[in-house]
Amino acid sequence: MALDTSTDAFVKFDRVQKSYDGETLVVKDLNLEMPKGEFLTMLGPSGSGKTTCLMMLAGFETATHGDILLDGISINNIPPHKRGIGMVFQNYALFPHMTIAENLAFPLEVRKIGKSEREAKVKRALDMVEMGAFGGRRPAQLSGGQQQRIALARALVFEPELVLMDEPLGALDKQLREKMQFEITNLAHNLGITVVYVTHDQTEALTMSDRVAVFNDGRIQQLAAPDVLYEEPENSFVAQFIGENNTLEGVVREIQNGRALVQLDSGDLIDCKPVNVSAPGQRTRVSIRPERVEFHKERLSPDAHLLKAEVMEFIYMGDIFRTRLKVAGNDEFIIKSRNAPDQVRLQPGETIEIGWLAEDCRALDA
Amino acid sequence: MKFTKTLLATTALTVAAGAALAQDMTIVSWGGAYSKSQLKAYHEPYSAKTGVNIINDDSSAEAVAKLRAMNEAGNITWDVVDVVASDAIRLCDEGLALEIDPATQLAPAPDGTSAADDFGDLLVSSCFIPQIVYSTTFGYRTDLVGDTPPSDVCAVFDLETYPGKRSLEKRPINNMEWALLCDGVAKSDVYDVLATDEGQNQALAKLDTIKDSVVWWSAGADTPQLLADGEVIMGSTYNGRLFSVIEEQKQPVAMLWDAQVFDLDGWIIPAGLSEERKQRALDYIYFATDTQRLADQAKYISYGPARASSAPLVGKHADLGIEMAPHMPTDPNNAKNTFLYNYEFWADYRDDIDAKFQAWLAQ
Amino acid sequence: MTDSSAHQPMIAADGLPLKKSLARSLRREKTRALLLIAPLLVFVLLTFIFPIGSMLFRSVENEIVSNILPRTVVELENWDATSGELPDEAVFAAFVADFVVAVEEKNHTRLGSRLNYESSGMSSLFRKSGRKVAKWNPETDGPFKEKLIKTDKGWGDPETWAIIKTHSGKYTNGYFLNAVDMQRTQNGIEAQPESKQILIKLFLRTVKMSLIITASCILLGYPVAWILANLPSRSANLLMILVLLPFWTSLLVRTSAWKVMLQNQGVINDTLVWLGLVSNDARLEIINNQFGTIVAMTHILLPFMILPMYSVMQTIPPTYLRAAKSLGATNWIAFWRVYFPQSIPGIGAGSILVFILAIGYYITPEIVGGTEGVFISNRIAYHISSSLNWGLAAALGAILLVVVLVLYWAYDKIVGIDNVKLG
Repeated sequence: MALDTSTDAFVKFDRVQKSYDGETLVVKDLNLEMPKGEFLTMLGPSGSGKTTCLMMLAGFETATHGDILLDGISINNIPPHKRGIGMVFQNYALFPHMTIAENLAFPLEVRKIGKSEREAKVKRALDMVEMGAFGGRRPAQLSGGQQQRIALARALVFEPELVLMDEPLGALDKQLREKMQFEITNLAHNLGITVVYVTHDQTEALTMSDRVAVFNDGRIQQLAAPDVLYEEPENSFVAQFIGENNTLEGVVREIQNGRALVQLDSGDLIDCKPVNVSAPGQRTRVSIRPERVEFHKERLSPDAHLLKAEVMEFIYMGDIFRTRLKVAGNDEFIIKSRNAPDQVRLQPGETIEIGWLAEDCRALDA
Repeated sequence: MKFTKTLLATTALTVAAGAALAQDMTIVSWGGAYSKSQLKAYHEPYSAKTGVNIINDDSSAEAVAKLRAMNEAGNITWDVVDVVASDAIRLCDEGLALEIDPATQLAPAPDGTSAADDFGDLLVSSCFIPQIVYSTTFGYRTDLVGDTPPSDVCAVFDLETYPGKRSLEKRPINNMEWALLCDGVAKSDVYDVLATDEGQNQALAKLDTIKDSVVWWSAGADTPQLLADGEVIMGSTYNGRLFSVIEEQKQPVAMLWDAQVFDLDGWIIPAGLSEERKQRALDYIYFATDTQRLADQAKYISYGPARASSAPLVGKHADLGIEMAPHMPTDPNNAKNTFLYNYEFWADYRDDIDAKFQAWLAQ
Repeated sequence: MTDSSAHQPMIAADGLPLKKSLARSLRREKTRALLLIAPLLVFVLLTFIFPIGSMLFRSVENEIVSNILPRTVVELENWDATSGELPDEAVFAAFVADFVVAVEEKNHTRLGSRLNYESSGMSSLFRKSGRKVAKWNPETDGPFKEKLIKTDKGWGDPETWAIIKTHSGKYTNGYFLNAVDMQRTQNGIEAQPESKQILIKLFLRTVKMSLIITASCILLGYPVAWILANLPSRSANLLMILVLLPFWTSLLVRTSAWKVMLQNQGVINDTLVWLGLVSNDARLEIINNQFGTIVAMTHILLPFMILPMYSVMQTIPPTYLRAAKSLGATNWIAFWRVYFPQSIPGIGAGSILVFILAIGYYITPEIVGGTEGVFISNRIAYHISSSLNWGLAAALGAILLVVVLVLYWAYDKIVGIDNVKLG
């Protein structure tokens, strides 16, 4: 999705910092621009600062330094109830003493919208999440998935342009979560709303978002579309955090023509794509996705460097085979191969040779 | 069958336990300085003489209700109880106290006068052996009454000369008498007047003239505290309480002995004790109410002994070293104008007048 | 498949019908449960239900008259109390026969005390006559009418006999009538003379004051509970100790401390005079009246309001307030529409606790209440411990119990008893 993020940003974090205790920064110099209509996910481990960012945007936390702009206007001093931002909370926060219809009518009531219009909007919102028959019930009488839909409908019923979601699917089981992921992205795109979505589940981030901001240690490590993030991680944290990954450590020997020759600590030489390295002698951590490792010699280019590997464990997973190898002293090296009629099932104890395309092996920071 | 056996076994155990504690005796009194004076004057010498271990219980304020409850439960744990005379009469009426013959069951005076004559009129109930005469009287702040200290109980009703708050007990007894007395009723007619509706209304009307300036007390310690804090200019309480405010705490307070009301405090023995406990209680009473013991108590507290033969034996205060006789309510200088609590009248009229008094208070 | 199973009883593994073996295993469970709670049940029954039941029974029980004067009561049935004339010799003879036995058993004075509740003077009439009548022989010394009247002119008053007749039933509504300022007379039920009417007034005052105390506990306790529930747990625990502090000091000490604070020459008045806010001769009257009672009792009962409120508020996640604000509610609307309704169960539980405790209080009103702050419980205490009129005390207690139950019922109707949570 090629969105022009440089001009007329709808949401903008401008050098935002946040500290709770005056000693450590939870959010360090955050810069982020979002165009209208984007579905952006903030992804990161707990304590990485992603939820704090969301709460600052919602107005429940104030930035220690810097500006947050919404549609070009600084909202630092606007109280939450005047920001007009919809929000879906982790545990839904449906008001237990109100019926579903009353929950949905609440944001309309406080906006002093007339009764008939209110009822029409509530009905439309309930129909939108296919919960039209549940208006008279109380939240406690609904299942988790149903409550989730209602929370979504309530955040949307007053037609905000920006909706924030704080791990909204965390409490659902896997199947329901996948279904809801699909529904939420659909709704967001159909309504054309801008969504900031916080999660620590990378699959959710990859499948739902236009762009993903990977948080760690109070900073955005990488902000990119899911495919870029997966295939071209810019540092070893992102590489580690997104998807499964094999890492090997070594020293850069030379860089030429967009190729880096890396000598691993075991002494083996391999070809890599230099990403975070610029000069020979630097230490590096190289990362290779398990599905990009090849052990059929005939499928590799003749000049590729090969590594000896010992098969430690073979795991049958249905659609794929997962094999654990010992490579260059690392016995947690994983390869994945598709379950096809001609596929080889490696036996533990076997010794094989593996290799990969140089551009699939990324030399990152140590 | 089995149940009966268990019951018998339990009873046997209880009896055995009772026998083991045979040398204990529970004596109930009011606590505080008063119990201390009894401990010094009666309990300690009695224990020394007989080896009986005396257990003190400060429950006299609820003695009547508790004795009735014990009696109904059929388990009386008290051996001797200190009560005021009106409560003794009530307990006697209810059959909760033992009748005692003073001629045979109490010690005669040293000169051979029988106990009945020695106590004289103070034997107001056949179940009651009086111990002390105390009085309910007024104390006033010497620094708040100006140059004309009150000498007459009617000062209580004189708001012009003595403006300020005064404390009175939250019950009709004594207050109604004083009100009538200060409303022109002759002392000899007070109870005849008070027995009529008109007389009761007259007394309440008199009290009404000072109602806004009255702080009502219900515990004996209230008036001394109110006087000491300067909350009231004068107030009624027991003479012993005033004695300690004046002589022990050295507060600027003086006694107004006029129209003091004598009352009696003494012993009863609960009805329904086992023969053994009853004999022990009677033995204690015989010892504790003899002439010397009653005189001894006055060393520790300023209440007058109830026996005529004890009066000459009253000496000095054990700690303060002052002569106690002038502080006794019965001292001729203090007893120029006195009432004796009219037990019969109040036994009859207390509930009725109390209802009216409380209704009046609540208006 | 479904049809056949519907018609034929299911059989358990041991061949018995399933229903039967289920019932048996349930019965075993129930028996075990019952055995486990049996000690508690017996304890509650013996120490609570039985004594309270027997206490309440006193409010209607009146066997004393017919037990002590059995023959007299029978004879009096033939006498018309409204005639204004004395009963005939038969009644007097029966009375003397009963009375001699009573004196011998020493319970004539008990009867005198009982009848004295109805008419002043009965107590001494019975006590004095006892000494004289004891020596008479009911068989040979008659006729008794003149003789008895000679011992005390009270026996010559038809009123005396009317009182005995009116209160001769084994059961009586007299105590309950007295408890609501009425009385039983030979002419039926009448109001008490106005000068003795006080109990209804005290009931109303007790309920009114208890409601005011409950309301002030809510007003003062709510913010405290809110702060407690929203503080980090360490500071909350510290603050909780302060809230509970009053529990650890004796009731009398606390109440007396209020006296020192509130009295005329007390701390508050001294401070106000020192600040020049109040002139020395116009010190505030804030004790020995209703105000003093409300202040002292609110303070004493406040923890009972704060604790249930706190435990309910603790369960309300702060996200609700955030959610409301994100939906466009101002702070006030978020609180009032979202937080407050969820805290009502705590308020309900606290209010019931405080109200029920307040309605039965008597020590504090006695000490700081003066004349306006007296509660009905003060009268109950008086009749229990001073006048020994336990029948009246029981009737007052029973009415108080009914008042509480009625209010509880009303609360259930209005707010719903499900809406009460102690945590």
